[in-house]
Amino acid sequence: MRIVKLIEEKLTAALHPHQLEVIDESHLHAGHGGARPEGETHFRVVIVSPLFEGESRVARHRMVTKVLAAEMNNPIHALALKTQTPKEADV
Amino acid sequence: MSEPAVFSEIKANLEANDVVLFMKGTPVFPQCGFSNTVVQVLTYLGVQFKGVNVLENEDIRNGIKDFSDWPTIPQLYVKGEFVGGCDIIREMFENGELREYFAGKNIALEAAAE
Repeated sequence: MRIVKLIEEKLTAALHPHQLEVIDESHLHAGHGGARPEGETHFRVVIVSPLFEGESRVARHRMVTKVLAAEMNNPIHALALKTQTPKEADV
Repeated sequence: MSEPAVFSEIKANLEANDVVLFMKGTPVFPQCGFSNTVVQVLTYLGVQFKGVNVLENEDIRNGIKDFSDWPTIPQLYVKGEFVGGCDIIREMFENGELREYFAGKNIALEAAAE
């Protein structure tokens, strides 16, 4: 769970999420291109941040992937994203 | 800083086709679940699109990420405009926004086959 922790720490520091869930879905992609035997390649992130207010979906996704720029591509092969404001998520 | 040479190849694709999907594999044989999702959505809506298989061209595979400032594949473009990746297209499809978006861009949608 090393990478999950790293993703959580980076996103928490940068985007002050009200809600953050980082799920390692690598097992769902075992044996597929980009997957590594040791896992930790495919992740799903559900994040609720006030900083997304007024930003387009594309802009929100860029905010997330820029925070993880050093990890994108390697070790992160795929990142499924759901980005919401507190108002949208109703939290 | 001058533009990478591959940008002109990408632009030529966007100019020649209203709807372009940069993807892994082909529309008939997607080689990645995320690319496949977008193909399914476009097919369901009856949108004509050109699929560009980035697995066949390493320059485009890397270049498209810089071109759009977007680190992942697939990437959907409509009339030269970057719309989003798999999650965004799926969200827009599910809440009906995608249909409206295509209509606003004057992209023909064929009714789904009976």
